Amino acid sequence: MGFFVAAWAWLTSGKHWSGGGGVLHRLSEHLYLTGVCLLIACAVALPVALWLGHIGRGGALAVNISNVGRAVPTFAVLVLLTLSPLGSHGDWPTIVALVLFALPPLLTNAYVGMRECDRDVVEAARGMGMSGWQLLRRVELPLAFPLIMTGVRSAAVQLVATATLAALPGGGGLGRVITAGFNTYNTPQVVAGAVLVAVLALLVEGVLVVAGRLLDPMRGRRTGRAGRPGRTGPASPGVGGEASGEKAAPARAAV
Amino acid sequence: MSGAAGTAYAVSTAARGGGCLRENDWICGEYVRSRGPELAGATVEHVWITVASVALALLLAFPLALAARRWRRAGGPILGLTTVLYTVPSLAMYALLLPLFGVSAAVVVTGLLLYSLTVLVRNILAGLESVPEEAREAARGMGYGPYRLLFEVELPLALPALMAGLRIATVSAVSLTTVGAIVGFGGLGDLIYEGMDSYFKAEVLTASVICVLLAVLADVLLLSLQRALTPWTRGKGRGGIRGGRRRPARGGGAPEAGPATAPAPEPPAAAGEPAPGGAAQPVGKEA
Repeated sequence: MGFFVAAWAWLTSGKHWSGGGGVLHRLSEHLYLTGVCLLIACAVALPVALWLGHIGRGGALAVNISNVGRAVPTFAVLVLLTLSPLGSHGDWPTIVALVLFALPPLLTNAYVGMRECDRDVVEAARGMGMSGWQLLRRVELPLAFPLIMTGVRSAAVQLVATATLAALPGGGGLGRVITAGFNTYNTPQVVAGAVLVAVLALLVEGVLVVAGRLLDPMRGRRTGRAGRPGRTGPASPGVGGEASGEKAAPARAAV
Repeated sequence: MSGAAGTAYAVSTAARGGGCLRENDWICGEYVRSRGPELAGATVEHVWITVASVALALLLAFPLALAARRWRRAGGPILGLTTVLYTVPSLAMYALLLPLFGVSAAVVVTGLLLYSLTVLVRNILAGLESVPEEAREAARGMGYGPYRLLFEVELPLALPALMAGLRIATVSAVSLTTVGAIVGFGGLGDLIYEGMDSYFKAEVLTASVICVLLAVLADVLLLSLQRALTPWTRGKGRGGIRGGRRRPARGGGAPEAGPATAPAPEPPAAAGEPAPGGAAQPVGKEA
């Protein structure tokens, strides 16, 4: 327990928060990397997934990409990109790796959300004469919203975690507090950095859960199965793990 | 003659091999040849760390899942805690465990165990909850006690969900073991870390490729184990989960038994669990 007291002392000391390598600087790097990569990943993945879900094609891609994302070690990709010619371009190896690992949860969840829209409702909308675009925008998107948000949330937490690992090959972010502690055999600093990272990840998750509830276009109007966010099915390596809620396995790979 | 040719060949490959080491190429056969034992050692360490953590997680997940099912009040905290643990990034997880275990393999094994636990508890629980009530009633009617009911009826029916969770946990563990390099027990991750520090491209790429191959191999092995353990899910052309838990519920498997086991109250129940249905579709494609 002594280490945790020492870690608390490290955290509450003002000099560790300010300055070039201070916690605030590392935190801003971390948030910047996470935010930029989340925007890029959403811009790439969501249109593709929504379109594929709308036309009902590419299911195998959406399913398999999350398996691939789980099997490829994040650390290895970060190091490989750092050693590649990309490595001489500042933050780019980190950004590319982060975006790559944020894509699977976004693609899979958005795709499954679109496919799991109540077929009767979709057919009814078609019968009312809605065009494909109207159907997508006014029926499928609102119904799929909870799962799309689950994907965004998973991707954001994944990004926070991956950005931590980026410290190993020398990238910025809060992971640097941990690696610096390891390099100087300063266990209190290691623990303090870990606490900061863990709290950040939990905060991001919590904030996005609340945001997803507040932004839901069908807030308070969801009944029965239509887009119920909490699902009770088991996770399968296929897709269940992504289309999951309260009881099923987490919607993303651990990083 | 052939001896001379052989020597010449050896010399030329040595020169080429030395060349690729000197040039720091990404792909270098000479590296694999000269550091074979090191690679094998790292692979063995990687495998035992993964297997130990997933096996321990499986042992712990059973009682936890059963407790969460038995006492509803325990269920919430167990699931909530495992979710929180899953959200903690691996580097932070290992760092938090460092004061408890010091620099040892226990840090990595415990960290991976906690991640696997989340997946396994949830999947075992979901699997047990997906056992149709008729199957339980039938078993009870046949005089099965609670233990026999659990081990001979419920667990086999929950097996597809359990195995799915086991595959996810194992593949994730193989990949996350690499981060254990931060405490020096990362299996192939140690080589990646070393190669990163010394800018040794062949070492990083070779270790990364072996790591991905290990994950794929583990997935394939577990998938074949699942097929072997749940023969009733095969040959239906449907997803393992749904097919697996419906079939044994039917008595003689007569065609009319299907509708018969789905009386009026059934459809809403089936509709209330979209995930297995949704999952079953792509899984079936995969199978």
